[in-house]
Amino acid sequence: MTTTVIEASGLELTFQTSDGPVHALKDVNLQIEKGDFVSFIGPSGCGKTTFLRVMAALEQPTGGSITVNGMTPEEARKNRAYGYVFQAAGLYPWRTIAKNIKLPLEIMGYSRADQDARVEAVLKLVDLEGFGGKYPWQLSGGMQQRASIARALAFDADILLMDEPFGALDEIVRDHLNEQLLQLWARTEKTIGFVTHSIPEAVYLSTKIVVMSPRPGRITDVIESPLPKERPLEIRDTPEFIEIAHRVREGLRAGHSYDE
Amino acid sequence: MKSVLAVLTVLAAIVAIWYAACVPMNIKGVLTDLERAGAQVVPEGAVARRDRGAFGLVAKNSFAISATWAQERPRLPAPHQVAVELWQTTVMKKITSKRSLVFHAWVTLSATLMGFAIGTGLGILLAVGIVHSRVMDMSVMPWAIVSQTIPIIALAPMIIVVLYSIGVQGILPKAIISAYLSFFPVVVGMVKGLRSPDAMQIDLLKTYNASPAQGFWKLRLPSSMPYLFASLKIGIASSLVGAIVAELPTGAVAGLGARLLAGSYYGQTIQIWSALFAAAILASVLVGLLGVIQRITLKRMGMA
Amino acid sequence: MIEVILALILWAFGWWVNVRLAEGPMARTRAVRLAVPVIFGITVLLVWELLVRGLNVPMVILPAPSLIVTRFVTSLPVLWVDFRQTILKGALSGYVIGCGAALLVAVLVDRSDFLRRGLLPVGNLVAALPIIGTAPILVMWFGFDWQSKAAVVVVSVFFPMLVNTVAGLAQTSAMQRDLMRTYAAGYWQSFFKLRLPAAMPFIFNGLKISSTLALIGAIVAEFFGSPTMGMGFRISTSVGQLALDMVWAEIVVAALAGTAFYGILAAMERAVTFWHPSQRG
Repeated sequence: MTTTVIEASGLELTFQTSDGPVHALKDVNLQIEKGDFVSFIGPSGCGKTTFLRVMAALEQPTGGSITVNGMTPEEARKNRAYGYVFQAAGLYPWRTIAKNIKLPLEIMGYSRADQDARVEAVLKLVDLEGFGGKYPWQLSGGMQQRASIARALAFDADILLMDEPFGALDEIVRDHLNEQLLQLWARTEKTIGFVTHSIPEAVYLSTKIVVMSPRPGRITDVIESPLPKERPLEIRDTPEFIEIAHRVREGLRAGHSYDE
Repeated sequence: MKSVLAVLTVLAAIVAIWYAACVPMNIKGVLTDLERAGAQVVPEGAVARRDRGAFGLVAKNSFAISATWAQERPRLPAPHQVAVELWQTTVMKKITSKRSLVFHAWVTLSATLMGFAIGTGLGILLAVGIVHSRVMDMSVMPWAIVSQTIPIIALAPMIIVVLYSIGVQGILPKAIISAYLSFFPVVVGMVKGLRSPDAMQIDLLKTYNASPAQGFWKLRLPSSMPYLFASLKIGIASSLVGAIVAELPTGAVAGLGARLLAGSYYGQTIQIWSALFAAAILASVLVGLLGVIQRITLKRMGMA
Repeated sequence: MIEVILALILWAFGWWVNVRLAEGPMARTRAVRLAVPVIFGITVLLVWELLVRGLNVPMVILPAPSLIVTRFVTSLPVLWVDFRQTILKGALSGYVIGCGAALLVAVLVDRSDFLRRGLLPVGNLVAALPIIGTAPILVMWFGFDWQSKAAVVVVSVFFPMLVNTVAGLAQTSAMQRDLMRTYAAGYWQSFFKLRLPAAMPFIFNGLKISSTLALIGAIVAEFFGSPTMGMGFRISTSVGQLALDMVWAEIVVAALAGTAFYGILAAMERAVTFWHPSQRG
């Protein structure tokens, strides 16, 4: 049986700018079930990041409704329902990797012993054992981003929201991290919301691909992936993979207005 | 718009605090004056009041509060007293008069500007030398940086007296002090600015086979401008301080520093405060002027 | 005359050594980086000594370095009294009070956007003013002793420190603040865990600027009245007596105090903001 984790209906968000109102989100309806890996894909300005930020209560919707675990996003945040990973690692340079991972734990009031145990566990999860004593600037970009994922996993949130987390990394590192992310997802059974603008990345990772388009930001297609849960990198050369990628590309093209 | 309102609120709060502060600061003097003039004050006799708290005296003699803003030689003059003094000694006096603040401000300003021009000119020259010569860089630069950490203004009285004893007087000794105070900030800032172009920009010029002189005029000098202006603002402020301090030791009769010193000798507090405000206005006008020049220059160069 | 020629030769020699060192293969090593300015400094001192002797420059114009050193060594007790009066009592106490008050006010101001908008331009303006002009007023209020000097120092360091701290507390990026929001962190949690550490480079910048201002304030304020001790007092009276060796000895003390003060702050800064790109070197 499945339980709905995130449910948006008729969601709208309009920013007032000096050039008039901008419809960042318009009539967005979506259900995310527990254990889903959902990718949001679309050209810039389609509202995919805004949607993710609404789920995290970093933006207030101007219309419609959204619930996270049956609560408002604000309440969900106070219940530590989700971890958020930004485009950049955003680690504090004055803290070691281990201390960076402890940051949310300190704020949420975990005990000292619990903090240490959790840091050990998540460092292992993201393959950074032995790097806890290093400072962020002593690590490569890929390792920093892995540390920031560990930071989001350190407390028991069962939702992981990721905003183009690998966007700034090169292709080879990115492939590696995608593979690791899938393993991590399988091991932890978390629900993941993942914003990207790479079609192969979205298809490779997701159980559900949400295609969005701009002006106004809206959902144009939701694709349930038939790919198995077990996905080696080579799966990207199979006809099924290419078939889905094709459908995503068609969806993007259909929603794209060429009036710019 | 919101910022303007906020600044005005802060300024209004400062003026209000100032007026309020005048009351306890001046109450004792006011009560002494009033008692001498025959008024009934509590407690009677200056001796009895000497060890009383200022606030207690204010509470018992609330009729005297308005007098604390109108004393002739208050410990703390009220804002309007300073404003009136400023008005009378600037607009209402001929600028050639010894009692005109414009005259005194000009005496200080001319030394400041002369020294600032000398200091800035030499500072830029040295910075160019430092950037182009490794020896100069390694020999001189550490000392220029160290000079920023020590109160070199302490040299001022000696320079005045030494120059006086070899027959140099007038504007020049003050200008020399202003010059060396603006010299070091300009050197340090300008060196930073001339070194600000990144390796890629320098490599680009190398691919054009540009000469060092071309590199200087087309890349280093333009990119140093924001740094130069930042240090010019620091420099002119220090130059002004230098010119004011330089007027202290010789008992100079003209200049804002001389006004400050004379005021403190004769207990003319209103005169001190108005000289202080004149110096403050002068400083903000100079810094503001440099800000305007900076904006125009950088805009013309397409950097702002 | 022989001294003048010797001075010229020495100058040329010192410069030649430095050119060899600076252009040589060892130029990037620590030792050479230290040696070159030291050689330059020693050369300047020696040339100064030789020129003063060779040209018979009278003491009332420029005393020779050897004379200054002699005066320094023989006047150590007097210099110590002056140092204690001006630096330890006047400058240091004023510095601690002024910087401490500025830090507190900055934290208060930081809670209100309105106050920050209002105070920052005013603070920036005041930080550029010749604050030293308040010295005669403060001497009148607090008397001739060190208290009035400390007051001048408080007024001179307060605004530069305030402006730097407020600017530093506003240094965090939107992403860092969003991160704290996703943790539902309270005001003081994000203050101590994020904004205060991020502000440290700015706070230290303010502390370093203020250290020089504190010394200037304490010394110059003594020109407006002081008890019969203190560095500013000694400088102005010795100038009057044309005892320039004593003036220079006081300036040496001021220079040593200034560099030591700054050096301690720089070392503390390195320890606290080791993570900042400017410190990683």
